[in-house]
Amino acid sequence: MPLWTWFGLKKGRATTGWPESAGSDGQEGVLGLPKLNADQCSEGAQGCTKCVTSCPSGAITLNVAENVTEDQEQHIDLDYARCVGCQLCTETCPSGAFSPSNDWAFAVRDRADLSRLARPATPDKKLEEKWQKSLAGFGRSLHIRHVDAGSCNGCESEISALLNPFYNLHRLGIFFTPSPRFADLLLVTGPVTEVMREPLLRTFEAMPEPRWVMALGTCATGGGTNGGGYACHQGLDGILPVDIWLPGCPPNPAAIIEALLVLLDRRPQQVHGGRHDA
Amino acid sequence: MPHPESSIERPIELLFETQTLRPDELLEAAQSLLDDLGDTPSAHGRMQCAYALRDAEGQLWVRYIISQGANQPWGIWSVDASSGTLPSLANVLPLLGWYEREIQDLYGITFTDHPEPYPLVLHEGFIPAKPPLQKGFDAKAEPIRGQAEPFAEANMVGSDIQRLPFGPIRADVVESAQFVFHYIGEGILHYHPRLFYKHRAMEARFEGVPISAACVLAERVSGVDSVAHVLAFSQAMEAALGWQAPLRAQAWRVVLAELERLYNHLQFFGHLAKTTTLKVAEAEGIWLEEQVKQINGRLTGSRFLRGMIVPGGLRRDLDATALIADLNALQPQIEDYLDTLANTRSYLDRLLTTGVLPRQVAFDQGATGPIERASDLDRDLRRDHGYALYPELQFAVPTATEGDADARARVRDQEIRQSLHLIRQALNKLEPGPICRKEQTIDPPMDGVMEGMGLGWAEAVRGGLIYAVHWNAKTERLTRVKIKEPSFSNWRVFPFTVNDSNMMDYAINEASFGLSVAGADR
Repeated sequence: MPLWTWFGLKKGRATTGWPESAGSDGQEGVLGLPKLNADQCSEGAQGCTKCVTSCPSGAITLNVAENVTEDQEQHIDLDYARCVGCQLCTETCPSGAFSPSNDWAFAVRDRADLSRLARPATPDKKLEEKWQKSLAGFGRSLHIRHVDAGSCNGCESEISALLNPFYNLHRLGIFFTPSPRFADLLLVTGPVTEVMREPLLRTFEAMPEPRWVMALGTCATGGGTNGGGYACHQGLDGILPVDIWLPGCPPNPAAIIEALLVLLDRRPQQVHGGRHDA
Repeated sequence: MPHPESSIERPIELLFETQTLRPDELLEAAQSLLDDLGDTPSAHGRMQCAYALRDAEGQLWVRYIISQGANQPWGIWSVDASSGTLPSLANVLPLLGWYEREIQDLYGITFTDHPEPYPLVLHEGFIPAKPPLQKGFDAKAEPIRGQAEPFAEANMVGSDIQRLPFGPIRADVVESAQFVFHYIGEGILHYHPRLFYKHRAMEARFEGVPISAACVLAERVSGVDSVAHVLAFSQAMEAALGWQAPLRAQAWRVVLAELERLYNHLQFFGHLAKTTTLKVAEAEGIWLEEQVKQINGRLTGSRFLRGMIVPGGLRRDLDATALIADLNALQPQIEDYLDTLANTRSYLDRLLTTGVLPRQVAFDQGATGPIERASDLDRDLRRDHGYALYPELQFAVPTATEGDADARARVRDQEIRQSLHLIRQALNKLEPGPICRKEQTIDPPMDGVMEGMGLGWAEAVRGGLIYAVHWNAKTERLTRVKIKEPSFSNWRVFPFTVNDSNMMDYAINEASFGLSVAGADR
C-alpha cells in the first residue's frame, strides 16, 4: 500500500519561480506567432500575394499602394487576432518578411494593438480610466470562470496545465471557480458556436460587477481557422465586451499567466501596434 | 505480431475496394457483413462509418467504410442517395445510428425505420430550412441562428425520479456538453449525453481548401489529437495522389504519434487519480504530462506537436539528440508512477467493476481504441492496417477482458510502456535521408465510382481515426473530407455503462473512458 504523501515529499518542489522570481517559463523552443518585417517585403509591390493566399485564417492583408496613408508606412499587415501560428507564411514568403519567432506573450487590452493598421492614433483615455477604476475593485486575488464556446480542446489542455505543479497558478492568487456568481473573470475559448452563444451570455449575466472578460486563443480573438461557417461566430467580438485579448493556437500556459497578470496590471503589456517588444 | 511487409512496399491498389450498391441491396449487405465477418475469429471485420457527399455533378451519394479484417483492403459501399431516402441500417449495425442521424441533419437524407430518428449534430431550435451541406446552402449569407428548444429524451415518469440536466457549462475547466441524468437517490436510471454544442462544421471547412491549409485544419479538429488527425489526413492525401513519404519521415511520424499518446495517457492517469481523490497522484500525473509537453515543445516548437506532418513527409527535419536524453530521464519516473498507482488499494477499489462494458455491446455500438481493447476486442490499426513505420517495429497490443474502469486503465498503462518502446525503436531506425517527397511515385487507387478518393487512418490515442478525402485534381482543392473520429464512436458507447450504475461512480467511469468532446462534435 503506497504512501502517496511520502511519494510527493520525496519528489520535492516542481514549481517554477517564474514570473515573480528566477525560474524557467517552461517554453524553451516553443514557437510563438510569426514576426513581420514589413520593410523586407520586396515582392508585394510587384503583385506577390503568396503570404495572403497561404494563410489559412485570413490574418494577412496586403494593401495596394493607393490605400496606404502616410502614417501607415506598411502596406502589409498581420492581424495577430486571427493568426493561428501555423508558420505557413514564414515558409512561403520569398523575401523573408515573415520569420518564425518565440514571441508568445501576445496579451493586449485593446484588440487594435494586435494589428498595425488598426492601431488608434492616440491611446483611449476613457478606456484607461475605466480600466483603473475596475481594477481597484479586485484587490489581489482573481477568480475565474472558464467557458468553452467551441474550442478544439487545445486551449482547455493548456488552461488545465496552469494547475499542474510546474505553473501552480494558485501561488499567484488566481483561482478557478465553478460558479459565475463568485467569478471576477470570464475566460472564453472557441469561436463561439451559435448553440453556445446563449449559455455563454447567461454565464456573463450571472457574474457580479465589476467583471472582466478574456478572449483566450485565436478562435476567441478573431475566429482563426474555425470561426464562421454555418455553425460559428468569429470569436467574441460583438458578442461580449472583452477586456483582454490573447491570441495563440493555443496560447501556452506561460502566455496565459502573462495575460492574467497584464489584466491585473502586475505585468506590462508586450505588444503594441501589432509589434511584439524586442 | 508485427506485419511482415512494409507499408511502403504494399501495393496501393489494395488500399480499398469500392462497390456500388442499390439502396434495396443495403439491408442484405449489412446482414451479410455480420454473417461473413462477424467478430470472430480475428475480430477485425466491422462497419466503420457512413458519410454523404455530392459528386462533381452535384449528385448525392452515401458511402460506407468497412474494415474487412486485418491486412485486408478496406471495403467501401457507394450508394446512390439522389432519391433522398435510404433504408436505415442502424437496426442491424447499431453503430451506424449516429452516422445516419448526422447525414440526416447535414444533407437532409431520410433513413427509413431508424430506431431514433431525432436530430443529433444540429440542436433543436437551430435547424435551418435547408440542410447546411445540401446544394445551395450559403453559410456566409445565412449562418444558422436560433433559440434552444426542447429535445427528444427518455420519458421517465415516477414520483421519486429526479431529472438533472448538467451543463453545457459545468464545473472545472472542461469541454462544453450537457449530461441529462434521470435518477432515484444514488441510482442512475437513464443517462443521456447531449453533445454537439461544439459542432464547428469542421468537415465542411475542408471544402475548397488546398493541401497546406487542410493540414492546419486537421490539426485543429481535436487539439490533443493533432498528430493523429494530420497523420490520417496526410496518409489519405498520399493515397489519393500516389505519393509516398520517405523512410525518415515515416520513422518520425511514429515518434510524434507515440509522444502524443504518451502525454494524453499521462493526463488520463492524472485525471483518473483526481476522480478517485488521490491528490498527489493527480499532481504527479499532470506533472509528467507537462514534462512530455515541454519535450514536445523543445523537439518541434509546438507542445501539441503541430506543424510537422504534411502529405509527402514532414515540413522540416528534426533533431533526435535531446529527445533521447529527455526520455531516458523521464521513463523511470513514469514507470514508478504507474507501478505505484497500480498498487494503490483505494484507487483499485473505485475502478474494479465500475462501468462494465460487455464485449458484445462494445462491438455492436462501435467502441474503439483502449475502450474496445479493455472489453476483449483485439484491434489496433497500427498492427492490423499497418502504416508509417509501424510494420517494421515490434510492439504488443495490450488487451483486457473485464471491460471495467480498471481494465481501461490497465490497457492504457501498458500502452504507455509500449509507446516508450516504440519511440526508441523508431529513433533507432532514423537513417539520414530526405524528409519530404511531394511527387507521384505510384498509381493512386482505383475507386471505380469517383475520382480522387483517398483513405488514411491512424490509431489515435482514443482509437481508430479514419479520413476519407475527395480531391479535385484540376483545381487542386478538396471537395469533401469525412472524419471518422474515435470519440464520436466512444461517446455513443459510453451511456451503456452509465445506465443502471450510480452517481458516485459516474465521474470515475467518465474519466476511465478518456473522451474528447471536440473530436466527437467536430
